[in-house]
Amino acid sequence: MAGQLSIAKALNGALRKSLENDPKTVLMGEDIGKLGGVFRITDGLQKDFGDDRVMDTPLAESGIMGTAIGLALRGYRPVVEIQFDGFVYPAFDQIVSQLAKMHARALGHVKMPVTVRIPFGGGIGAVEHHSESHEAYFAHTAGLRVVSPSNAHDAHWMLRQAIESDDPVIFLEPKRRYWDKGEVGEDPMLPLHSARIVRPGTDATLIAYGPMVKVCQEAAQAAEEDGRHLEVVDLRSLSPIDFPTLEESLKRTGRGIVVHEAPVFLGLGAELAARLTERCFYHLEAPILRVGGYHAPYPPSRVEETYLPDLDRVLDAVDRALAY
Amino acid sequence: MTVKSTTRARKKAAPGVPDKASAGSAAPELVQLLTPEGERVEHPDYPLTVTPEELRALYRDLVLVRRFDAEATSLQRQGELGLWASLLGQEAAQVGSGRAMRPGDYAFPTYREHGVAWCRDVDPLNLLGMFRGVNNGGWDPNEKNFHLYTIVIGAQTLHATGYAMGITKDGTDDAVIAYFGDGASSQGDVNEAFTFASVYNSPVVFFCQNNQWAISEPTTVQTRIPLYRRASGFGFPGVRVDGNDVLACLAVTRWALDRARTGQGPVLVEAFTYRMGAHTTSDDPTRYRQSEETEAWKAKDPILRLKAHLEKEGLGDEAFFAEVEAESEKLGLRVREGVRSMPDPDPTLIFDHVYTEQHPLVDEERAEYEAYAASFEGEQH
Ligand SMILES: Cc1ncc(C[n+]2csc(CCOP(=O)(O)OP(=O)(O)O)c2C)c(N)n1
Ligand SMILES: [Mg+2]
Repeated sequence: MAGQLSIAKALNGALRKSLENDPKTVLMGEDIGKLGGVFRITDGLQKDFGDDRVMDTPLAESGIMGTAIGLALRGYRPVVEIQFDGFVYPAFDQIVSQLAKMHARALGHVKMPVTVRIPFGGGIGAVEHHSESHEAYFAHTAGLRVVSPSNAHDAHWMLRQAIESDDPVIFLEPKRRYWDKGEVGEDPMLPLHSARIVRPGTDATLIAYGPMVKVCQEAAQAAEEDGRHLEVVDLRSLSPIDFPTLEESLKRTGRGIVVHEAPVFLGLGAELAARLTERCFYHLEAPILRVGGYHAPYPPSRVEETYLPDLDRVLDAVDRALAY
Repeated sequence: MTVKSTTRARKKAAPGVPDKASAGSAAPELVQLLTPEGERVEHPDYPLTVTPEELRALYRDLVLVRRFDAEATSLQRQGELGLWASLLGQEAAQVGSGRAMRPGDYAFPTYREHGVAWCRDVDPLNLLGMFRGVNNGGWDPNEKNFHLYTIVIGAQTLHATGYAMGITKDGTDDAVIAYFGDGASSQGDVNEAFTFASVYNSPVVFFCQNNQWAISEPTTVQTRIPLYRRASGFGFPGVRVDGNDVLACLAVTRWALDRARTGQGPVLVEAFTYRMGAHTTSDDPTRYRQSEETEAWKAKDPILRLKAHLEKEGLGDEAFFAEVEAESEKLGLRVREGVRSMPDPDPTLIFDHVYTEQHPLVDEERAEYEAYAASFEGEQH
């Protein structure tokens, strides 16, 4: 798979491979057929695999999710597309009360190999309900695995791993990065739930996932000019979290900053800060800081740049961490 | 290798299930008062007397609404709006139903009801704030009894029903219209709204604009029977009306609202129409539908048929049409200038109205943001 692929194309390739490899894999969602999805992630798949395997569903997210569960009970491996982050909520009950718990309730006798793909996050100038970061709701729910790739390679391989997983996986696609290009390697390199140090450094660790990894890499690049060496960790998996990788990094740098688009209050950063503080307390030079969205509805697009963490806000947090 | 599933053999509909195609076709039960050629016809159940004055007013509404919509589409192309959801083709459904309402009635729109907003006297510029990205709503719903646009498909039908339940409790003779689309008819919320409205006998009219498409999905993806027939399973009447016939939409909606306000419960009106344009300015319909289909619907244009009628009956002379045209130009200009001069919002609006009262976390984050923003003052970026 040599050459540069956009994240969108890398995801498309992963779906194609998954459909080829397992006849039980089916795709479900709104407008995923002829249109190829509003982001064209399923482009061409219905044409090649037929409308039994790539299904345009009625416009009902609870229906999509609930019937995906039924298909899984019947031995299928559904991959569901939710059109935009803000439209997963009608399916929330089916996800948290049914999908997440079925395996445990059946004492392990049934499996729920369902993947829920959701384009998430802001930064594309959209109208409301098209820019939400709701990962904390899902990560808070036991029984769900939650992952988010930040680049084309991970987009491809993590999606294939997610589809192969026998547990339900919430697969959060950083929609503002769909058109970013990168190399997709010949093998996954990492298990689905491992974090990766994408830039080594010594002065502080920036922890991010999905769309914010790029922002943190740019921040680290800029900090380099001031002689600061920032490490950047791409979390990749939001549940479970690869704490050993994070602990190792924090013990070296002594400072940690978590960056996500989602509101800071009770966001993933809260869990990361609390647990890493418990585990690395004597190695820390500063409290673990958080940069993220505000405790407010996602704002209209003309002011979203204020809401979204950017390079300046990350570096501001770095300054504060280094001032301790 | 491409693996096709083995379930194909089961594809055929079971006997007794109407063929999929019938859901999308214009069945004979369509209520029509004005033919596509502009011929006035009568319907025994929906008599309508309209004065020439009223006919001309409806024509003016249709033209101005279309003009506003076209203006918004071009403002989007010029980068003044982030997105626009055009109502092109659906003017009659919206103006007919909108003009059927009384001042005390209340409308719950989707994101496409610009024509209904017009009838409710909502300033067209207010509708554009959300699409420009300066607010997430932008008007006081109670000022004109026109609720905020709702993007989450179907959610507003429950709000409409609850509002109607309140009317019943208050004992007034107001009524409510809930707008939604053919796609929305699949949502749980919409079906729950039908149930609540039915069991509480609520004064709400469910007005479904079946414009044949939910983005790329034809109506056949949502239903195997004509949508208006869904109502009977919930225990209230359903009517299919020619959605490109402003008179039929007016008569049927007026009948349904009057029925509702006199304690006879909900009605489902299916306005059979067509989305002439793309779903929104982000959409590319050439990927999923044939241009012949769109061409065929052009012949049923809601404005042309009323114009033909006015001309045929001698109810509108050249001066009248020229006057409407001039007014339409003026509206276009006002919309263009209004949008371009909309001030960019202050980012601190993020922290406004999150709660009804002061809130410590919101206050803290606002203060942090202001201090952070101030730290850049004087800096060159
Ligand atoms: C709950 C939810 N799911 C998905 C969407 C994305 N979406 C926006 S409009 C639309 C199609 C709506 O079709 P229809 O109800 O027929 O209304 P129309 O746009 O044709 O007026 C979809 C799927 C949404 N807004 N809300
Ligand atoms: Mg529609």
